[in-house]
Amino acid sequence: MTSPLTRTQDGEGRTAVAVQLAGLRRVYGPVVALDGLDLTIGPGELIALLGPSGCGKTTTLRLLAGLEDADAGQITVAGQDMTHLPASKRDMGMVFQAYSLFPHLTVRQNVAFGLRLRRVHAAKRDQRAIEMLELVGLSTQADRYPHQISGGQQQRVALARALAIEPQVLLLDEPLSALDAKVRAQLRDQIRRIQLEVGITTLFVTHDQEEALAIADRVGVMREGRIEQLASPTEVYSRPATAFVAEFVGLTNRLAGTVSGGTVTVRGRDLPLVDRSTPAGPVTALVRPEAVTLASDSSGESGPLVGTVIASTFLGATSRVTVDLGDTTILAQLSTSDATALPAGSRVALMIRPDPVLVAVDAPAVSEE
Amino acid sequence: MAVATTTETGARPVRAGRRLSLPAWVGTVPFLGYVGVFLLLPTGIVLFHAFQNQSGGFSLSGLKVLGDSTVRGFFVGSAELAAVTSVIGAVLGAILAYAVASGNPDGVVRRLYLAASGVLAQFGGVTLAFAFLATVGPTGLLLHASWFYDFPQGIGLIYVYFQIPLMVLVFMPAIDGLKVQWREACENLGGSAWQYWLHVGGPLLAPAFLGATLLLFANGLSAFATIWAWENQIAYTVPQQISIALSSEVGLANANESAVLALGMVIMVVIVMTGYVLLQRRAARWLR
Amino acid sequence: MAAVTSLGESSLTAPAKGRRGMQAGRRRRLNLFRYLVFTAFGLFFILPLLATARFSLEGSQLGTWSVAAWKQIVSYPGPPPLLSSVEITLELAVITSGVVLVLLVPTMIWIQLRVQWIGRVFEFLCLLPLTIPAIVLVVGLAPIYNFIRHYQLSALQLFWAYVILALPYAYRALSAGLGAMDVTTLSEAARSLGANWFTVIVRVIAPNMRQAILNAMLLTSALVLGEFTIAYLLLYNNLQVNLYFISRATPNAAVIFSTSLGALIFAFVLLLILSYVGRRRARG
Repeated sequence: MTSPLTRTQDGEGRTAVAVQLAGLRRVYGPVVALDGLDLTIGPGELIALLGPSGCGKTTTLRLLAGLEDADAGQITVAGQDMTHLPASKRDMGMVFQAYSLFPHLTVRQNVAFGLRLRRVHAAKRDQRAIEMLELVGLSTQADRYPHQISGGQQQRVALARALAIEPQVLLLDEPLSALDAKVRAQLRDQIRRIQLEVGITTLFVTHDQEEALAIADRVGVMREGRIEQLASPTEVYSRPATAFVAEFVGLTNRLAGTVSGGTVTVRGRDLPLVDRSTPAGPVTALVRPEAVTLASDSSGESGPLVGTVIASTFLGATSRVTVDLGDTTILAQLSTSDATALPAGSRVALMIRPDPVLVAVDAPAVSEE
Repeated sequence: MAVATTTETGARPVRAGRRLSLPAWVGTVPFLGYVGVFLLLPTGIVLFHAFQNQSGGFSLSGLKVLGDSTVRGFFVGSAELAAVTSVIGAVLGAILAYAVASGNPDGVVRRLYLAASGVLAQFGGVTLAFAFLATVGPTGLLLHASWFYDFPQGIGLIYVYFQIPLMVLVFMPAIDGLKVQWREACENLGGSAWQYWLHVGGPLLAPAFLGATLLLFANGLSAFATIWAWENQIAYTVPQQISIALSSEVGLANANESAVLALGMVIMVVIVMTGYVLLQRRAARWLR
Repeated sequence: MAAVTSLGESSLTAPAKGRRGMQAGRRRRLNLFRYLVFTAFGLFFILPLLATARFSLEGSQLGTWSVAAWKQIVSYPGPPPLLSSVEITLELAVITSGVVLVLLVPTMIWIQLRVQWIGRVFEFLCLLPLTIPAIVLVVGLAPIYNFIRHYQLSALQLFWAYVILALPYAYRALSAGLGAMDVTTLSEAARSLGANWFTVIVRVIAPNMRQAILNAMLLTSALVLGEFTIAYLLLYNNLQVNLYFISRATPNAAVIFSTSLGALIFAFVLLLILSYVGRRRARG
């Protein structure tokens, strides 16, 4: 059964479309923003492009929207080549990071704007606008002006406006970045809920990995104009394809280790490898803080896995504890109650959970932007 | 070490043994005093003389001269000149402002045009009249315009010369205030460039544009030096007549005519400026 | 956006149309419009200046060239000699700028820090001169200046009125500079380190407003250089008044044009320098 929100004017359900980006290239003078990017978004799928500023994620979105021209490559939506179609003819809905709404129009008029451009009759326009506002939960604010509502509400209106025209694709350009942390979390879940309900193919751009992991069907981690890994959130997190992905998504400890056989030896422990075929030799192992457990150590011995707590960062339900191992420091993530039992100065013994570990061969520091 | 703190009322704290406590607004007295003597007092004097009769008492008889058709002609002339040059200046200035604003914000062109506008908006008066005399006057280099001494064309052309830069200065912030996201959102929702200007850009700029036009109108009403250098025998406008009246009033006890004319001018300008301020506020809400 | 030549396509990708994309086309049309506009307006604004320049270089015979008019700026006899009115006007510019700053800067800072409720009144008063034009103001100033003239002081007394004329422009320039910093925090920090109010204003806040202060000074000076109305109707002699009387005596005297152009170039160069100075400070 199709949702009433995907029903077109003649009552038929609208099916979600696939989006294909092939070999996209974009340069600004000497700077290569996108370098032959390939991406396929399945029908109804939400893909999040994640990466540091300058990685090309916003450029990708804007090329898809038609707000910028590609220097090379092809854009296909629902089998139709859109590479040379102007933005106004691409039938996509976009939510911007800031200043989305037209300040001189009410919320209702904003949402109805796209329909007005399409010469939809006033009554139908209004009906659809209210429908959309109910979808985002703001029908009571219909006659307010943008400056009279909060940032989070403005973005919801922007979403309603983008969906009102029944676009084929939904584009979100860091829609939550300008909002408060609490609003961000609520709104992000709401966006995902609406996206699933409407079933629209969506591209979501963000630099916040928590956002990307929370709502996406697949996450594309980008760096310097290329996608380093495109996979489900769990996979990107626990099986990062490159050191950059491992370090950008979530926190990571970098520990010296040696590879031999199918395992890497880190501080006297053997840990399985993500990539069994890694050649033997010295490497830097990337270990997640939550894979490190601490226990109070009163034995007085020293060893590769014994150290002193330096500091604790309180994060709410969990805490991040920094431990000094003599030759390096390591981060462990514990429940707060466990962490309070180990104040600064306590001697602790570490255990590393035997999860498969990614290693960077021969690792001089992988620089993050 | 004790740190001086401010009290709730903003009064300066008492330092032991040194100063007495004064309310903070005393700090603005020099300014208020200066403005009082050199701005408010003269304005008061104008009002006072306007309502004075021959023997020095209060009377509205002086205002009767406002009903005189010659005098009304001065006001109509002023309004006509101001209206024509403000509208032309506003439209042309808006086009120029858009051309400058749509370029590189840090570029040479913008800086040049803004500096030029800053200077040319003040480049009025005697020097400007002579410059135009040199260009299109009877012995002008570009052409000998027979209409140079006609009212309002001849002087109007000169007025436009400083109205346009003033428009650029006043209106450009509004154009800068148009966020690129609005253009892109409109495009994304299916709008063409024409539709953007019709439904979004135009309405958003309208208050600022109208307000700026009013400012140009007030500017056109108030200008004196330019038109005096252009023509000082025949008065077409109120400022010219004020000057003629003032010089004929020297030595006379009753400075009435010039004061009444001045009062009339002030009323006109106040109405226009009120409109400007209200429109500015609307524009600022959207475009800041 | 910089124009970039299309790079070679790989065999895997379909070729794009390179620089003939929609946005690029729009950009091109916009640039064409801009250059047309700049040329048209540039001509309009330059021509009178060129004519002024040509007339300023006019020799004693029509059609000849001579720099005599420029030399006359300092030598034209008058009476009174042109040079003296140039000097007086320049001095007036300096004095007026100084008084405007001394009057406005401390007051504006003080208002921001301690008496914010006066702010609206203050702004109204500063912008009032836009509504009370010089031609009206002078009608009311005449009796006051009769009183001043009683003491036979020079045309420099005009500064009292000029400060008022400059208020709106100086106020806008200074309030932009003041708004760009957190006055309250800076002053509290300075006070907690032991500074008195004078130090706070002169040595903490004002140096951070350097560009705004320069801006205000230049706008004031440009105003004074071009002022005619009040000087003329109060029977004083400044630069513009002198030029006016020269023109009545000797119409089209070349020295009028050389002086005008000189003053204009002077003001323009100052404003241009200001815009560059400001930019460098912002980056530093």
